Amino acid sequence: MFEGLFTALRDEGVPVALDEWLMLHEALERDLHESTLSGFYLMSRAVLVKDEAHYDGFDIAFARYFSGLEPAGDAVDDRVWKWLEENPHFLHISEDQRRRLDEMRDQLELDELLEKLKEKLEKQEEEHHGGSEHIGTGGTSPFGHSGYHPGGIRIGGQGRWKTAIQTAGERRWRDLRTDHEIGTRDFGVALRRLRQLSTRLDGPATELDVDDTIRQTADHAGQLRLAFRRPRRNSVRVLLMLDVGGSMDEHILLLDRLFSAMHQASHFRDLQVRFFHNCVYDRVYTEPSLHPRRSENTLHLLAQLDPDYKLVMVGDACMAPTELLVPGGAIDYQYMNEEPGAQWLERLEEHFSHAAWLNPHPKRWWETIHGAYTLSIVRSIFPMFELSVDGLDQAVRYLMVRR
Amino acid sequence: MSSSAFRGTSDYIASPDLQAAVNVAVSLERPLLVRGEPGTGKTLLAEAVAESLGMRLITWPVKSTTRAQDGLYVYDTVQRLYDSQFGEGDPADVAKYIRLGQLGEAFAAPERVVLVIDEVDKADLEFPNDLLWELDRMSFHIPETGETVSARQRPVVIITSNAEKELPDAFLRRCVFHYIAFPDPAQMEQIVRVHHPDVQEKLLRQAMEGFYLLRELDGLQKRPSTSELVDWVQALAVGGIDPDTIVDELPFMGVVLKKQADLDIARRHMAIRARRAAMQQDR
Repeated sequence: MFEGLFTALRDEGVPVALDEWLMLHEALERDLHESTLSGFYLMSRAVLVKDEAHYDGFDIAFARYFSGLEPAGDAVDDRVWKWLEENPHFLHISEDQRRRLDEMRDQLELDELLEKLKEKLEKQEEEHHGGSEHIGTGGTSPFGHSGYHPGGIRIGGQGRWKTAIQTAGERRWRDLRTDHEIGTRDFGVALRRLRQLSTRLDGPATELDVDDTIRQTADHAGQLRLAFRRPRRNSVRVLLMLDVGGSMDEHILLLDRLFSAMHQASHFRDLQVRFFHNCVYDRVYTEPSLHPRRSENTLHLLAQLDPDYKLVMVGDACMAPTELLVPGGAIDYQYMNEEPGAQWLERLEEHFSHAAWLNPHPKRWWETIHGAYTLSIVRSIFPMFELSVDGLDQAVRYLMVRR
Repeated sequence: MSSSAFRGTSDYIASPDLQAAVNVAVSLERPLLVRGEPGTGKTLLAEAVAESLGMRLITWPVKSTTRAQDGLYVYDTVQRLYDSQFGEGDPADVAKYIRLGQLGEAFAAPERVVLVIDEVDKADLEFPNDLLWELDRMSFHIPETGETVSARQRPVVIITSNAEKELPDAFLRRCVFHYIAFPDPAQMEQIVRVHHPDVQEKLLRQAMEGFYLLRELDGLQKRPSTSELVDWVQALAVGGIDPDTIVDELPFMGVVLKKQADLDIARRHMAIRARRAAMQQDR
């Protein structure tokens, strides 16, 4: 049943697996949706979707499968929308009428309802308002808006009673999508190299060291001496800053791989990621969209992060000299930086005890490339490594040297 | 659905989405994973579910050092060694040194209980994976005693997460999921009324306006949430604040914003507002 929904969900990029699909059918058998479409909507979403970022995709797929809602424009055509938009009537019903309608709730089966809607879409020739049968407004038919029908299908208008399956068309989860996920899942080499970041240098000794306990107890003529050791946990925390501005586009694949390798390296105690365009100024972005609303004060960020975070900057360091050296030189012209970019870079480097810059351009180009001048300035501030397996390895070694 | 379905309680308002998710999870005997911003009532949900279903609540608060094993059982080796050293207790009986954790307790309970694994994302990334088998089978083996602890009645498991870290797919696939969205003003008003039934109409309006103003400020480290508003309304009412001054002066701001940096942002914002108001008066 509902295989079309399964396919529609997969098409929308909602990762539904067979386990979940079977769970849904188990729920259906137990009638957990109370035989209503809205119940089915809530139930299937709870069972099938495991991330609020996919709520929106779910809504679209659901609406498309149970056509008649917005995305299925061919089923509900302009003719129908016009009936609904013009002269909307609002329904006023008495408590008594409402009770009778609520009793009807279970009488209409989901499939039947959809069948009926299809029929109406085919046959209905004109607008109907305030009735109980046709698509229209202010009535008690299951189709249309501003009316009252428990478990009906709202088409357009505003949800008034919240009983119909209106939510799918609203797409109120749109903001939670994370389509622009950077990442492939197979940059195993970088991952392996990054594992060298693991350390057991600090942390409390909480694990009983059996060998040492036996040794020490024996040394004390059988009197119990307990020995503890530090559990093998990683204490490395990383701040990753990525240049996602225009000139970095050509390196996007490389960046993708680094980014996902960092994320999969689940052994970090903490991984913070920020984004910038060419150079860091008084605000850094929390999302690669570089939208000012998704930015934060650089000084606040520094205040929050302990100097033992390892700072990994990633960028080509090629830009106009003014972007580094002149106040107000930031590439985004509406942006007024009071201090030159180089000063911000120095501030970053000084805050963290370990910092390195990864450059996607091969090292042999650094002297001659377009932008070599700013690259050399950045190199004077940050130790720079090329973003390759070897370069990453060197950078990781450098980041782990005790200072 | 049966009459024992969850519909929220007198002091916990559950949206229809949330009710559906809870009931599906309870009925399918799957863990319910609840995610949402801090302060949207994830932990309270478990209490409300326990209350409305009339079950005992067992809470397992997860910290960064929590291991999956801790929830099953702890074998107190050290105590046993000491006892054998000093001839106390009964070191020959291993079972005396096995203590069940919260998950173990929930399995061993004779009746069906509600187990909340609170803030699962705080723990190590492997933590959820380590619990997969136990949550699936609802049983685990204690090698020290050769005993197997199995659930007599599969507990209602509620897992909360602040979404700071991604949870593994295999874990997610076994869960029923619900995301608690931040309440819209109408819902928010309803929630505040549940906590403060006698609140002055005007005070509530103004507090809501002030709250949403603070919440929308840019660059906040921790955006205030439901619990902060509830506390704030309380503080405003007890402090006898004149409702007319609330939005302008934002008294007791420390109740709403918990971080110094956030308070600074709000103060700067207020200073700007004050200047603007003064300029308009001059005109």
